[in-house]
Amino acid sequence: MIVLLGVLVVVLGFATRRNPLLVVGVAGIVTGLLGKLSPVEILRTFGDSFASSRSVTIFAITLPVIGLLERNGLQQQARTLIGKLGKLTTGRFLTLYLFLRQLTAAVGLQTIGGPAQSVRPMIAPMAEAAAERQNGGRPLPERLREKVRSHASGSDTVGLFFGEDCFLAVGSILLITGFVNSTYDTHLEPLQLALWAIPSAVCAFLIHGARLLRLDRTLERELAASNAGFTAHDGGNAAQEKVT
Amino acid sequence: MIQSEWFFWLVGGVFLLMALQMSVDRSNPKRLGSTVFWGLLGACFIYSSWVTDKTAPAEPLGVAVLVMICVGGFGLTGKGVPRTTDEKERTALAARWGNKLFLPALTVPLVAVVCATLVDKVRIGGEPVLEDGSETILGLGLGALAGLGVGMWVLRERRISVPVHAGRGLLESMGWALLLPQLLAVLGAIFQEAGVGTQVGKITESVLPDGQRLAAVALYCVGMAVFTLIMGNAFAAFPVMTAAVGWPVLIEQMDGNPAAVLAIGMLAGFCGTLCTPMAANFNLVPAALLELKDQYGPIKAQVPTAIPLLGCNIALIYFFAF
Repeated sequence: MIVLLGVLVVVLGFATRRNPLLVVGVAGIVTGLLGKLSPVEILRTFGDSFASSRSVTIFAITLPVIGLLERNGLQQQARTLIGKLGKLTTGRFLTLYLFLRQLTAAVGLQTIGGPAQSVRPMIAPMAEAAAERQNGGRPLPERLREKVRSHASGSDTVGLFFGEDCFLAVGSILLITGFVNSTYDTHLEPLQLALWAIPSAVCAFLIHGARLLRLDRTLERELAASNAGFTAHDGGNAAQEKVT
Repeated sequence: MIQSEWFFWLVGGVFLLMALQMSVDRSNPKRLGSTVFWGLLGACFIYSSWVTDKTAPAEPLGVAVLVMICVGGFGLTGKGVPRTTDEKERTALAARWGNKLFLPALTVPLVAVVCATLVDKVRIGGEPVLEDGSETILGLGLGALAGLGVGMWVLRERRISVPVHAGRGLLESMGWALLLPQLLAVLGAIFQEAGVGTQVGKITESVLPDGQRLAAVALYCVGMAVFTLIMGNAFAAFPVMTAAVGWPVLIEQMDGNPAAVLAIGMLAGFCGTLCTPMAANFNLVPAALLELKDQYGPIKAQVPTAIPLLGCNIALIYFFAF
């Protein structure tokens, strides 16, 4: 029973945001000692399981080719491609981005998107511009602007999470095989796991995509409501001040 | 026949080469720590070959792992100023290369999948070309090499040092986080060795009514999501919940398909990541980058997706994994 304190060390360590490496190291040693392993046995377990879980870290081998492509403008080219989707409504644009993000992550291109790489410079401004078009070119009330930007970030994150696991060499898939194969002495292939990630990826696209499409209607309704009292001024700034 | 160990030596060799580059990189304020960390990792990758076939003791490797944990954990690694192109040059280069840039990137998964599905059947003189049971890993290695070759050809890059430097830049910016998944796998093994799994399994069995498959599936998925909410990291939740419920109950006791249970279980954990400020890099950093007043804006946009999606994952395991 007392070995469960090791789990507690992990939970507390991560929850109090200690350095994860140290949390893992301390939890490993504590759990080993509580489980009545001798210090030498603990070292041996660290060594043996490190050796048998090396496959988790091999995705590093793709870094040179990704680095080469990034220094030659891979992210910029991805942005150019997305820029061609300019004339859609906010919801449709974000749905398409969600789809592209899932698709590219599923073939191992997790780094071409992300909050700093694509959302801030591309996706959020374009989603906002589309909503402003819907608002007759006026700036959005602050609350709606925040909502559109939040959704831009959300579609990036959902797309990444539920796309990357369809790629067989992503950290989480390799963690599963590394953990299970070294712990339970069995054999799981990354490809099987990647295939089983596809149904969830489809569900994620359907659920999140439907919500993004509904965002268009929400925007329409709320923009109509917030503009209703301001036809006399017809000024976006006035509307914005009123709402904030 | 191509052995998986060769490929681990290649990865180890790349780490060692990059460590060597780091040791002479004066722009890195912590180059000693970085060199020790990545050099040791490369050496461990190679030494491990003899540990897995039991011709070398595992204890020195355990010591080396603890040293890496300390070097990375106490912030002794750093990064240099990468020798690379700036934003403006990249825009110009992107315009020059166009969509050709995606070609090498797509080569990697393509070769990996072909190796895992087709080449693994190929035999020469009765021997499989790729070592049995390592097709995916070898496929990834061959894919990465092929992608690099295609990339250097398409981009007319003759110097191998350029991709190695570029890769080292990415390695340094990921830092010790790159090693975290593997260490979590190690922690899982220690949990198992110390009997954590059996203990939690006993508790689960006493809590769960016998043969209640739906309850067990829901416990696994919700547990993954809740642990991830608390810890901010599905990777950390995975060894705990899998040792507790996933493996002993769903797979051994109820005979579930391991690939389906574990892959979808991990994704159930990701539903938790969508809802937690603990996963700062995914949820709080974007709010700051987008200058949002409400730093929980992205989380609020994601929660209504995460909850039904968790339900979907439970249903997927329940209906398809048994």
